[in-house]
Amino acid sequence: MNFKHKYFFLFPGLFVLIGILIFPIIFVVRLSLSGWNSYNPGLDYIGLENYIRLFTDDPRFWESFFRLSFLSVTTVILQYVIGFALAHMVWKDIKFKRFFRVLFLVPMMTTPVIMTVIWRTFFHESLGPVNDMLSVFGVAPKWLTDPVIAKFTVIIVEVWQWTPFMFLLLLAGLLSLPKEPFLAAAIDGASPVRKFIYVTFPLMAPISIGAIIIRLIEASKIMDTVYVLTSGGPGTSTETSSFYIFIKGLREFQMGYAASMSFTYLIIMIISLTIIAKVLTKVLLKE
Amino acid sequence: MNKLYIFLKYFFIVVWTVFVVAPFLWALTTSFKDFQSVNGGVTYIPWVDFEPNLEGWKVLIKSPAKGGVDIIEPYFNSLFVTCTASLISIILGTLSAYALSRYTFKAGFVKNNDITFFFISQRIMPPIVLSIPFFLFLSSINLLDSLTGLIVVYIVLLMPIAVWIMVDFFNKVPREIDETALIDGCNPYQAFLKVVLPNSIPGLIVAGMFCIIFGWIDFFFAFILTFTEVQLLPVKIVALNSSVTPWWSLSASALVSVAPLIIVAFIVERYLSKGNLSGAIK
Repeated sequence: MNFKHKYFFLFPGLFVLIGILIFPIIFVVRLSLSGWNSYNPGLDYIGLENYIRLFTDDPRFWESFFRLSFLSVTTVILQYVIGFALAHMVWKDIKFKRFFRVLFLVPMMTTPVIMTVIWRTFFHESLGPVNDMLSVFGVAPKWLTDPVIAKFTVIIVEVWQWTPFMFLLLLAGLLSLPKEPFLAAAIDGASPVRKFIYVTFPLMAPISIGAIIIRLIEASKIMDTVYVLTSGGPGTSTETSSFYIFIKGLREFQMGYAASMSFTYLIIMIISLTIIAKVLTKVLLKE
Repeated sequence: MNKLYIFLKYFFIVVWTVFVVAPFLWALTTSFKDFQSVNGGVTYIPWVDFEPNLEGWKVLIKSPAKGGVDIIEPYFNSLFVTCTASLISIILGTLSAYALSRYTFKAGFVKNNDITFFFISQRIMPPIVLSIPFFLFLSSINLLDSLTGLIVVYIVLLMPIAVWIMVDFFNKVPREIDETALIDGCNPYQAFLKVVLPNSIPGLIVAGMFCIIFGWIDFFFAFILTFTEVQLLPVKIVALNSSVTPWWSLSASALVSVAPLIIVAFIVERYLSKGNLSGAIK
């Protein structure tokens, strides 16, 4: 094929993306070396001061980071288990197969913040239906104002919202599996459980890794749900890294410091996701 | 054993169905309530627990001056931004994806896979990292609080998705069809437009659906980069939530805003069942 044409195909997209992104990324790095805040807006140079402050004098950032890790890992594990179970159930013929497939996809099509607004009324401590039904058992959990329970409320909402995405990826994977291994298993008379452990699951391993990584990437950005559901509260008990950076940067206008946090956060994200991808590949593919 | 398995299966499906449907049902009944039936204790069934009325829905079409909730303008803003950004992302993304699928690139150690990875890896970027420079950048060129500024930002969000789905899709379209077209005397652009694209419609639709989903559901950038001139739907509804919070109009507006994308669920399911998604996922 002709060689010069290929650049006409590739470059528009590539250059638009680089063009839009190159400035913000360089700017974040430069901004992180400045003391830009609301009293002193400007790109002065203060060296690594922001980073020193971040690594020695800001436990709140690291707490929010560990909270984020906890929330995203827990939700992704739950989403994977539930999503796989659901996909496996509507994979083969069941009654109303297409109805359930559509229904299980629906939450992912709804805007997270808007559904979170509904969830807030749903979990309302005196006027919401959840506590009304639980009052039969004489309990009234403080879904939004108890530091421990609020985390689980965030998890419930995230699982509701994003399990469909996991379900979609895994069902698409299941539908693309070759038929021969299943025939062989059927001829050997394998029980459903053994068939799952020895045939379905190993065949799904590469797709599972992809799906988990994609979801981890998206889950690590949790922020809108938290903002609407609890605003990071009570106290800082549901605050995630993004939300903390948002408060520092765009509420308190400590732009320089927020930039140093977001750059650090980005680097940590890239490193940890790479490690997780490597580990998952090793465990699930047994390479 | 088998009976137990089937029982558990349907049990689980029913439980999950209830969980999925519950917030929608709650929003639907709440949208017909009035002050008394929201604040006087929890009510569920219309006509039995409370007397339904249309107040929550009526305010949606009233003008703001008469105490209505103006969601029509944000609605069209959202629609416009999502569709424009999706269209641009699909066009640019498809071109790049075609190049990455058909030709080999090599610049030093950078090869095809690295370029593809560069596109897709933009999804790793947390929105907050981009939002601060975008905020300062757009305000310096007077595009803060404008639709154009948002579209530019959304292209970054959506193009990786388009490239990701289309590269895999083009890899499944046999190379022979372009080669035949080239032998028949088409130039590469004609071959792409007249032969490859018509054969890629399922892929384009799937990519388009995903772009529209991820554009429509974004809140964060719209929230940070716009204030009063331009408002997108999610921002508007969250703003409603933090003010007086009349639950009935809140529920009604939430239902109206999530409704259009439910059609997308049907389309995605259709292509899923036909097996058109499988290539895109791996």
